[in-house]
Amino acid sequence: MSATAKATAAPAAHQGASYNYLNHDKSVWSWLSTVDHKRIGVMYAFTLAIVFLVAGVLAILVRTELYAPGETIMGPDAYNQTFTLHGIMMVFLFLVPSIPAILGNFVLPIQLGAKDVAFPRLNLASYYIYLIGGVLVVSAIIFGQVDTGWTFYTPYSSDGGSAVIFMTLAIFIAGFSSILTGINFIVTIHKMRAPGMTWNRLPLFVWGLYATSIVQVLATPVIGITMLLLLLERVLGIGIFDPALGGDPILFQHFFWFYSHPAVYIMILPAFGIISELIATFSRQRIYGYKAIALSSVAIAMLGFLVWGHHMFVSGQSAVSAVIFSLITYLIGIPSGIKVFNWVATMYKGSIWLQTPMLYALTFLFLFTIGGLTGIMVGVLAVDVHLHDTYYVVGHFHYVMMGGTVMALLGGLHYWWPKMTGKMYNETAGKIAVALIFIGFNLTFFSQLILGSQGMPRRYYDYIPAYTGLHQVSTIGSYILAAGLFLVLFYLLWSMFKGARAPANPWGAATLEWTHCTSPPDPHNFHHTPLVTRGAYDFHLADEVFGAQSGDGAGDGAHAPARLAGDGRVAEPQ
Amino acid sequence: MNNGSAWLPEQASTLAPEIDALFYFVKWVSLVIFVGVVAAMLYFMFKYRRRDAAERPVPVKESKLIEISWVVVPTILVLIVFVWGFQGFIKLNVAPPEAYQITVRAKKWLWEFEYPNGTTTVGEVHVPVGRPVRLNMSSEDVLHSFFVPAFRVKHDVLPNRYTSVWFEATRADTFQVFCTEYCGTQHSGMLAKVIVHPEAEFREWLNSGGGNFDEMPLPEYGAILYQQQSCNACHSIDGSSGVGPTFQGLYGAERRFADGSTAVADDNYIRESILQPQARIVEGYPGVMPASYGSLNERQLSALIAFIQQQQ
Repeated sequence: MSATAKATAAPAAHQGASYNYLNHDKSVWSWLSTVDHKRIGVMYAFTLAIVFLVAGVLAILVRTELYAPGETIMGPDAYNQTFTLHGIMMVFLFLVPSIPAILGNFVLPIQLGAKDVAFPRLNLASYYIYLIGGVLVVSAIIFGQVDTGWTFYTPYSSDGGSAVIFMTLAIFIAGFSSILTGINFIVTIHKMRAPGMTWNRLPLFVWGLYATSIVQVLATPVIGITMLLLLLERVLGIGIFDPALGGDPILFQHFFWFYSHPAVYIMILPAFGIISELIATFSRQRIYGYKAIALSSVAIAMLGFLVWGHHMFVSGQSAVSAVIFSLITYLIGIPSGIKVFNWVATMYKGSIWLQTPMLYALTFLFLFTIGGLTGIMVGVLAVDVHLHDTYYVVGHFHYVMMGGTVMALLGGLHYWWPKMTGKMYNETAGKIAVALIFIGFNLTFFSQLILGSQGMPRRYYDYIPAYTGLHQVSTIGSYILAAGLFLVLFYLLWSMFKGARAPANPWGAATLEWTHCTSPPDPHNFHHTPLVTRGAYDFHLADEVFGAQSGDGAGDGAHAPARLAGDGRVAEPQ
Repeated sequence: MNNGSAWLPEQASTLAPEIDALFYFVKWVSLVIFVGVVAAMLYFMFKYRRRDAAERPVPVKESKLIEISWVVVPTILVLIVFVWGFQGFIKLNVAPPEAYQITVRAKKWLWEFEYPNGTTTVGEVHVPVGRPVRLNMSSEDVLHSFFVPAFRVKHDVLPNRYTSVWFEATRADTFQVFCTEYCGTQHSGMLAKVIVHPEAEFREWLNSGGGNFDEMPLPEYGAILYQQQSCNACHSIDGSSGVGPTFQGLYGAERRFADGSTAVADDNYIRESILQPQARIVEGYPGVMPASYGSLNERQLSALIAFIQQQQ
């Protein structure tokens, strides 16, 4: 062990690490060429924050235009391009990479007790591939004036020229970064677990990322195949999707959803993982039905490949396939429901601490339950005929994608923020932001559920006056939601410069990144490879969390665990 | 949205009550589950709130019975709604054999309806009350989707095959039709009306070849055609710019074309613009107007020109 590392161990426990992954080399080149999973995670965080900001501003423009019927701030073509850009950026450039790339990269190796991911250089390569894909996607949309919506159904999308081919190429390149991250995570989870870290002791965030990685590796190639077929059609004139050449536009929808429905699980499975971490830690209780949660993620990942046709009940696919897809869709709803029940049951007889990350987890439970139940509604064949392509669907998937994935990401970001930056954010500001986001979100999207069931179609620049009231509620809600998100941006940036220094384990959590790691972590994560002797949420065995020597409960943000397991051992029950 | 409930629009087809019943069943079951989850969450939040930083709760033993029950009960519930939804779906998909058939052609951005006797309408479809009607639909360009909220029917319209919807209207009134598959600039303007007539009135309307306009003054007939032929999807009459130029102040004004030439918009220019839209394109607008208005008869053309002349 080096002298510097030795020197940090003692003071680090109380006042944050003075020698850490952030400051051991501060040059710009050291960041751009880093193979440290933590730095790559931070680079993703900055990049994705910019994507989220831009795509979010586009959403505000869309909502502002819809404040009144007719032209409010832009014309129909500008509107169509705006919602297209919002959808494509949010789905392919933000939601798909978000949690795995930011929090997965940062947390996964540490939770496993590993020094890094299995292929650190590949990890850096996937960041740059993502950047290239991102630049291509945005330029394809802007130069191609893409106005097809994020689903780019043919023949509308192929009528205008080659924009759809560039678009799928760009998305495939961005998706390639997901494939590489997925492979990296799968190998890391299989091969780099610390001694004693059995599959049954894995934190559920790791299980969530494992299931996600499987989907990433298997589903993403399909978008590449789609691109190749579009290219063959255009260059060689082989009729595949274009009816003028004898192709079938419904086939395109099959290809598109064969990728994009599993992509929904790429977005939500890691969110499930974060929620398990948050609820267990802030309830200080073992997760109820650990195995059910872990394995239901894998079940969802598998079944997720077999339900794509539920996007196409009224598209013209055969009625028989619609019926089969509806049935499988219900089967996939069950594991998601089990998770919600398990999370609530985890709180039973716990010790519930309502800090900002936990408030996000509870917000998730509230919103995701609505998202799931409205999903059951649109899975009912006869009812979906009425609801398909209306604002009901828009409301439903925002409850799942934003109410689910984004709330989990925000919760995870607040939870691991002290670990990533070594700084605490302002807890009061955090709670105010959660309240604004919760109120704003429900105003924005619950009104859309009602609009949709009343018949308001989606992707409408203009609408009949009867829908005005609910559209106005939705627009005002979106401003409140935006205010909450900007508040988060503000106080997180503030905390980086002015925040109090974070202790090693401010939440009294029991996973390795908190119990065996300084805040921020050492460049090599651990001084010794940890030896794991208990499950991730066995608080009753986790004496190190409660400071076996100092004897106080820690976990109030003021006290660090007294002992930073100098010998790398997790204490045995006493 | 008169006569509708808080969640669903008015019911005006034989299948609507059945679909609504299923909607409300799912809604109420969902509400019970949702309230249960949130109530448990709030109760635990309060009851087990952390009172002391050093609390170490005793691990809760998992109960097989509880775990099995929350797998089995939701499974039974979803199987019920699956079977129920399946039955409704079959009814929505199988038109009665005696249904009255109307051919529907969709194109950017209008709906054209053709009746068995050759009568054609644009932007409005006339149907008899209390009799099943089947719409046999196809598209001339991209995907569209035919949606009547009051009837709870919707189906995509494709360029390479026929698809259909059927309904039996339960009362004589006018209902909104939306296009619900995104189709470009004027997607939100691709609207139509279903006009439901009592049987006798429908027969009379049909036999008159789509309404008797012979006696009507030209500008009034033009105003009807402006709606019926969906001119309004692209051309406003209030001066605002759409896909095409506004009709306000058009007549007699000097037009500047994409090739730099100019002309005064007189009767013959407007006539040419309707019949051969691509002949001269006004500067700054895309040449996207369909050439399908060649089927308008002499009187209809005169009526439209008279209507445009009025828009000063």
